[in-house]
Amino acid sequence: MKHLLGIEELGREGIERILDRAESFEGVASRDIQKVPALRGRLIVNLFYEASTRTTSSFELAAKRLSADVISVRSSGSSVEKGESLKDTIATLDAYEPAAIVVRHPRAGAAHLVSKWTRASVINAGDGAHAHPTQALLDVHTLRGRIGALDGRNIWIVGDIAHSRVARSTAKAFSLMGARVTLAGPPTLLPPGIGAALGCGETSSLASLGEADVVYALRMQHERMTGGDVPSLAEYANLYSVTEARLRPDQLVMHPGPVNRGVEIAGDVVDSGRSLIAQQVAAGVAVRMAVLYELLAGAERDGRMREVTAA
Amino acid sequence: MNARFGWKGGVPANVLITGGRVVDSRQNLDVQLDVLVTDGVITEVGPVGTITAGDSTTTVNADNGILMPAFTDPHIHLRTPGQEHKETIATGTKAAAAGGYCLVIAMPNTSPVIDGPDLLRGILARASETAVIPMAQTGAITRDLAGTELTEMATMMETGAAGFTDDGIAVRDAGVFRRALRYQAVAGGVIALHEEDPALSMGAPLNEGVISARLGLRGQPGSAESTMIARDCALARMEDAAIHIQHVSTYESVEVIRREKAQGTKVTAEASPHHLLLTEEACSTLDSRAKMNPPLRTEVDRNAVIAGLVDGTLDCVATDHAPHSDDEKSQPFEDAPFGTTGLETSFAVLYDELVTPGLISLPVLVERMTSGCIPFGFDPPTVAVGQPANLALFDTRAEWVAGEGGWVSMSSNSCFAGRTMSGRISLTLAGGVIVHTAGATQ
Repeated sequence: MKHLLGIEELGREGIERILDRAESFEGVASRDIQKVPALRGRLIVNLFYEASTRTTSSFELAAKRLSADVISVRSSGSSVEKGESLKDTIATLDAYEPAAIVVRHPRAGAAHLVSKWTRASVINAGDGAHAHPTQALLDVHTLRGRIGALDGRNIWIVGDIAHSRVARSTAKAFSLMGARVTLAGPPTLLPPGIGAALGCGETSSLASLGEADVVYALRMQHERMTGGDVPSLAEYANLYSVTEARLRPDQLVMHPGPVNRGVEIAGDVVDSGRSLIAQQVAAGVAVRMAVLYELLAGAERDGRMREVTAA
Repeated sequence: MNARFGWKGGVPANVLITGGRVVDSRQNLDVQLDVLVTDGVITEVGPVGTITAGDSTTTVNADNGILMPAFTDPHIHLRTPGQEHKETIATGTKAAAAGGYCLVIAMPNTSPVIDGPDLLRGILARASETAVIPMAQTGAITRDLAGTELTEMATMMETGAAGFTDDGIAVRDAGVFRRALRYQAVAGGVIALHEEDPALSMGAPLNEGVISARLGLRGQPGSAESTMIARDCALARMEDAAIHIQHVSTYESVEVIRREKAQGTKVTAEASPHHLLLTEEACSTLDSRAKMNPPLRTEVDRNAVIAGLVDGTLDCVATDHAPHSDDEKSQPFEDAPFGTTGLETSFAVLYDELVTPGLISLPVLVERMTSGCIPFGFDPPTVAVGQPANLALFDTRAEWVAGEGGWVSMSSNSCFAGRTMSGRISLTLAGGVIVHTAGATQ
């Protein structure tokens, strides 16, 4: 596999292969030297057109723990802000002969475009509200670690489905792993056709939330209110906040972070034993190591590189 | 009144076209005939082998061909002035010639907008120097397309405007739109409408539906178009004014127009090849060549647009030829501009996808390809003795792959690029002049 652009291209087998490897990488952090030499001498470029503390830092750390060299390019203060096109930026970065480009971009399809313009492997670290496959992988990894196989499990994803790349990738990943997924949220944040598009159930009522084994809350962004998608965050919280009162004792709770306590999820739920949020964050590095390893460790450097080296 | 089009003209043709299947419903023709053009005028139409050519007349064997009145397109973008890196009058009209057209009507959403008589005069003057086929120019309904102040429509009509449109955006304010309709009584000129309620469409890059949901992109609901058509038809009926609905794309829109026509509303409408042949599925890979406005819709919508074209609810085919540079179109889908080119492929692709499978008869398609000029007050071309030679010859055996040998247009953003087409326009006469022959446009 050359690129990781969407979760669906992995399939169940690919997800399992990557997550099995992620398990083997989990011990690396507790070693004296927190590194393995798998990608020594390879260059990985993180190209982030959106701020993202946890995704950038976990990709950086994943690359470093595999002994790769890493450079991170952020849109702020860069040529990107001077009006350079994405295509030209990629041409520039490609000249550094990276093994992989990790790209986060506000536009759907950006990572796919990048993959056409570079010889490097491309990892989609989030494109618009379209896809975020490494988040989906770490979500499956976290949940599998807690409850084992997801087959036949009932998972509800609750909140701002419309603007969430996490919802799209994670719902697909859970479905690929055999779970039944329901998307729930205000009608104004459930795009028409979303259930059919993702092969999930959809509802605007939390009345049947009790049937879920796992409740996955999505971040409710403050800017959504200015767009008029919900009348107020208070009303949103009244209707859709994941609170202890709405949950059965044995239900598990997940969230991609960062959390708005008291909006999409109650603070006591975040801190409770049912919460897998901390494990999700912890899984990020090992899963991203496994993705980098999957794409790069087996792959030969291209012919041109070897010729140059020989000369 | 000044000439209502600009054209550089050319040498009147002397040509005998023999054996072609002549299809022209205006003359009740669908039969093999010979057609003689003398000094640019059709001088004889007769049974095969009955016409003898003079010494100075070229003979074109059209045994494999369909000979039609040349097409007219009520809706194209020539990007002049201001965006000549996408298209010029010369290149766009040359592309039209290659597609079998004898008249195209250009939209005024250029930079600057054609919103006054001086700019209009300038465009027509430039057309008279460089246009390969006759080109008419619409003026804007409102100054700078801002939707607030009416343009000098009466003066622009005197200067030679084809009609008026704020194409690219709707006239949002119903009061402004109503004044434009009332003013038509003195100015004349049809008012052509891009129907899109921006509050509903929100500028979204594709149709609202399963594909937009899957991609995580905002979609335009079909109602953004159909509700505006309903509003504007109601106002046009009230003011007894003539309107022309551009690029109809949804089932509901076709229903509204059909109903309004039955009630006597002076409304005409056009359908674009891409809405007739493609659906939102084409956007599923985020190929920006499939990004146009109105967006590609669903199969239900597509079938309704075909049915509307067949039964005449939609009067004509319009390409909405919208050239853009590769740099612009190679941006992410949301950032890439709306539009597809269309002049060079329209008849060939519609012939293969609608006529061959029997969805529309050839005479009806030819009628719809030639009728686009009528709402704008131009006589449609026809194959009859005494008429100027406006003829398109389609070689049904000239298989080609769209875009493979490059494009005549300056831009290559065709949603049909890469398709194998079974036939191709091999000869075009416009205004009595040969403007295109297979392999070479004049």
